Amino acid sequence: MNARVMAFKAYFPLIGIAILALFLLVIAPGALSSFRLNNLGKYCCYAIAGVGIGLAWGRGGMLVLGQGLFFGLGAYAMGMHLKLEAAGPDAVPDFMMNFGSGVLPAWWAPFRSGAFTIAAIVVIPALVALVLGLAVFKRRIKGAYFAILSQALTVAFGALLVSQIKYTGGQTGLNSLSTFFGYNLYDPVNKKMIYMITAVILIVMLLITFQLYRSRFGEVLIATRDQEERVRFLGYDPANIKVVAFVIAAIMASIGGAMFVPMAGLINPREVSALASIMLIAGVALGGRATLLGPAIGALVVGYGRTSLSEAYPDQWTYFLGAMFIIVILFIPNGLTSVIPKAWQALNRRRTDIKEVEAV
Amino acid sequence: MNDPQTHEPDHLEIKDLAVSFDGFKAISGVDLALKQGRLHFLIGPNGAGKTTLVDALTGLVKASGHATYRGKDLLSLKSHQIVRAGVGRTFQTATVFEELSVLQNLDIAGGVHRSAWGMIMARRKVPTYVEEALETIGLQDVSRRPAGVLAHGQKQWLEIGMLLVQDAKVMFLDETVAGMSAEEREETGELLRRICPDRTIVVIEHDMDFVRTFADIVTVMHGGKVLTEGTVAEIQANPQVQEVYLGRSAEGTAHA
Ligand SMILES: Nc1ncnc2c1ncn2[C@@H]1O[C@H](COP(=O)(O)OP(=O)(O)O)[C@@H](O)[C@H]1O
Ligand SMILES: [Mg+2]
Repeated sequence: MNARVMAFKAYFPLIGIAILALFLLVIAPGALSSFRLNNLGKYCCYAIAGVGIGLAWGRGGMLVLGQGLFFGLGAYAMGMHLKLEAAGPDAVPDFMMNFGSGVLPAWWAPFRSGAFTIAAIVVIPALVALVLGLAVFKRRIKGAYFAILSQALTVAFGALLVSQIKYTGGQTGLNSLSTFFGYNLYDPVNKKMIYMITAVILIVMLLITFQLYRSRFGEVLIATRDQEERVRFLGYDPANIKVVAFVIAAIMASIGGAMFVPMAGLINPREVSALASIMLIAGVALGGRATLLGPAIGALVVGYGRTSLSEAYPDQWTYFLGAMFIIVILFIPNGLTSVIPKAWQALNRRRTDIKEVEAV
Repeated sequence: MNDPQTHEPDHLEIKDLAVSFDGFKAISGVDLALKQGRLHFLIGPNGAGKTTLVDALTGLVKASGHATYRGKDLLSLKSHQIVRAGVGRTFQTATVFEELSVLQNLDIAGGVHRSAWGMIMARRKVPTYVEEALETIGLQDVSRRPAGVLAHGQKQWLEIGMLLVQDAKVMFLDETVAGMSAEEREETGELLRRICPDRTIVVIEHDMDFVRTFADIVTVMHGGKVLTEGTVAEIQANPQVQEVYLGRSAEGTAHA
């Protein structure tokens, strides 16, 4: 294979991203009802979180079982802003009147500002992931211990949300959201706009990840995943490499969570629970964790499957999902997208075989 | 080892080094001066403590005593800091990054010299120092292959190449030629000769033929201590060494 072909091949993923962009930004808005499009938007939020999981888990080897925590941080930051919007200036969210003192807590107040909220959606999960990542990876905690820790934190976060009803709305969460930065959430035009913003964010995240994967950082990340101790002897502290990937994954999950809220019209602890975290990672596993597009496509498929199955079989759909997960792990451990290059190779091999036969 | 050169700054100076594993003294009382520009061989039977000595100097195991290089106390640094101080090593079983290509393996070893910005950019063209290292180790033909498919000897050369890209001024090579064919050994020896002049190279080796051909100086370890040090001729004439090696050949040559 000559250098030109190699260079060209390096851009293959961009073609995949372009096809996905075409589907999400042109075909889907034309073909789907407002309701279905809104659902697709929610799956895009899972996909945004999924792209980050692909980076941290697929490329970085960190089994991030608790991304619901970061999804939740972004979602609640957005939810707080929209809840304050819905309450109106100077007014206090309804649940605070019912369960709290009727006075807005000081740490809620800055979320009246849209700019503060957007900054918080990026900065808060980044800081949490930075502190957590440094504490964990500098101590060389990894594998199952890290997975259990991240899941446990998500469970604790969920419990905290439920228990602090005065501040979080408890089990019900933040609901009756009516506007998004001033735009009415019930207007189909606005709904479509929010969907488009989400889809564009997903495409941008994929482009950022594409660059990360072809960068030297991407190479060192794979090296760290495969032989962490060896990486030390290249002069890198593997903990720092992992922390960077973990922080980026956390920011992506948070952005996904934030965009989820205007489309769902609410946020509650169930949406950020341990189960929700496992759904996220299941999508990534299905699609192919180490590939660029696999995590996004897997998350979209699992989101869609979840909705359709739960419509058709409200009680049994989790079993279907579980069965599918087992089948994927057993038979296609590298995910659905790994099947395509294999099929392509097999096809190519056929062709060259035929050529060789013809040449004889 | 009290010649006047000992105080030159580029020497790795080891004094009274000791490592113990749960009370077992793997090495103790090791004094060594590792100098630039000569092929320094470290020999001794299995379990003599050769690998442990290198582990101690590269931050893999805790050690007491002193080890200084260019004014830095190696025993107080972490592995990646030691690398950044210019001290590199290979491992007894070659450990390259199998999924990355030969070129990528070499390239990521250059990270020590790169800024954070350089890290998030893709490699546009192969840096000259990577090209040079590739040429030095003679793996140009397989540069785009994944390192996992390389033969054993090629993997060892790749590791040496990575040390070159890293620009390690001190290289510890742990049993690099073990398992190589006679030809590969010869090539490896020539390679080490070529890169030796501006570096401090320490090779751990069992094979006395190889040592005889390439060593400028030999340190013999036994039972966690330095038995003696000298030229090949001096070492071979030393009755203590003969005794140790006769003992060894009776035991066989299973690897530690
Ligand atoms: N991590 C360890 N824990 C306990 N003992 C060890 C460890 N590493 C090495 N040793 C012991 O230290 C001694 C020296 O080992 P090593 O340095 O590997 O020898 P060499 O490389 O000279 O063959 C051996 O007796 C070995 O069993
Ligand atoms: Mg050894």
